[in-house]
Amino acid sequence: MMEWGSWSAFWSMGGNGLFVWGSYAVTFLCVAVELVLVIRRRRDTVRRLLRLRRAAPTGTGARRTTEEIFE
Amino acid sequence: MTTDIKDRSGQGKGLFRFSAPPVFYPLAGRLAPWFAGIAGVLTVIGLYIGFFVAPTDFQQGEVYRVIFIHVPAAWMSMFIYLIMAFWAAVGLVMNTRLSFMMTQALAPTGAIFCFLALWTGALWGKPTWGTYWVWDARLTSQLLLLFLYLGFIALTSAIEDSRRADRAGAIIALVGAINVPIIYFSVQWWNTLHQGASVSLTQAPSMATTMLWGMLVMALAAWAYTIAVALWRVRSIILERERHTDWVKAELDVQESRA
Repeated sequence: MMEWGSWSAFWSMGGNGLFVWGSYAVTFLCVAVELVLVIRRRRDTVRRLLRLRRAAPTGTGARRTTEEIFE
Repeated sequence: MTTDIKDRSGQGKGLFRFSAPPVFYPLAGRLAPWFAGIAGVLTVIGLYIGFFVAPTDFQQGEVYRVIFIHVPAAWMSMFIYLIMAFWAAVGLVMNTRLSFMMTQALAPTGAIFCFLALWTGALWGKPTWGTYWVWDARLTSQLLLLFLYLGFIALTSAIEDSRRADRAGAIIALVGAINVPIIYFSVQWWNTLHQGASVSLTQAPSMATTMLWGMLVMALAAWAYTIAVALWRVRSIILERERHTDWVKAELDVQESRA
């Protein structure tokens, strides 16, 4: 690393590596978890709505049943 | 184009057209990947500037590099809350369903940025102040912001009736917004351990230009990320809320044929 001289100097962050990398690690973990949750929510929503529809096919009479299953 | 869409909220003119969920849903789906891509590219650029271009700080040494997430996270946590308050106000005044959905789509991301501002602040405080936490005005009001986010999320998800949940959430969003200027100006109004603003509109920034650039690029990355995630999340909320409409049924047909 041109600016840092060595990788170990880079990772040690002047002796405060724990604080610097602790900040970055938790940030990237949070972002990763949020992305997974957002993707999962999308998948689960579509699946649940499809399941509801299969359980109670179209028609006004079926709407109440759909509502009951959903709640 | 929108004539066959039954819309109770939008007026069907100009920007109002986009307040109709059947119009916004596909638009959000098309825009989100672009914002995610922009966020990714800006993050790489911002981190490169932050770690390989920005110099060592003459006072703090290397530990100041936490700033490249701390400040953008803190800014976003405040911006997102204000945007939620804005959408809540729009929703209450114009009675647009999509506005309330946007407040709910933004809240988790705001809470995460708020938590990260506190977390990175604690890790930065230990080596520079000698403590992870003090009950000064800045830190305390930022902690209150986290509780406001969590309160908003808990309340809106606890109330079954979506109209009542929207209204209750809107009240928390609007009342809680008073806390945002308190956070921002706390370092001027009170004697805080937390330092004053490094960037202000009226004065030259009190930091090296490359440090400033690293921070601004990371802030833009956080903006793009927030937009992408909120758009993705609001799509799920729209489907749930509009599940009895014909256009969602048509969308489900598309999804079913793909599965």
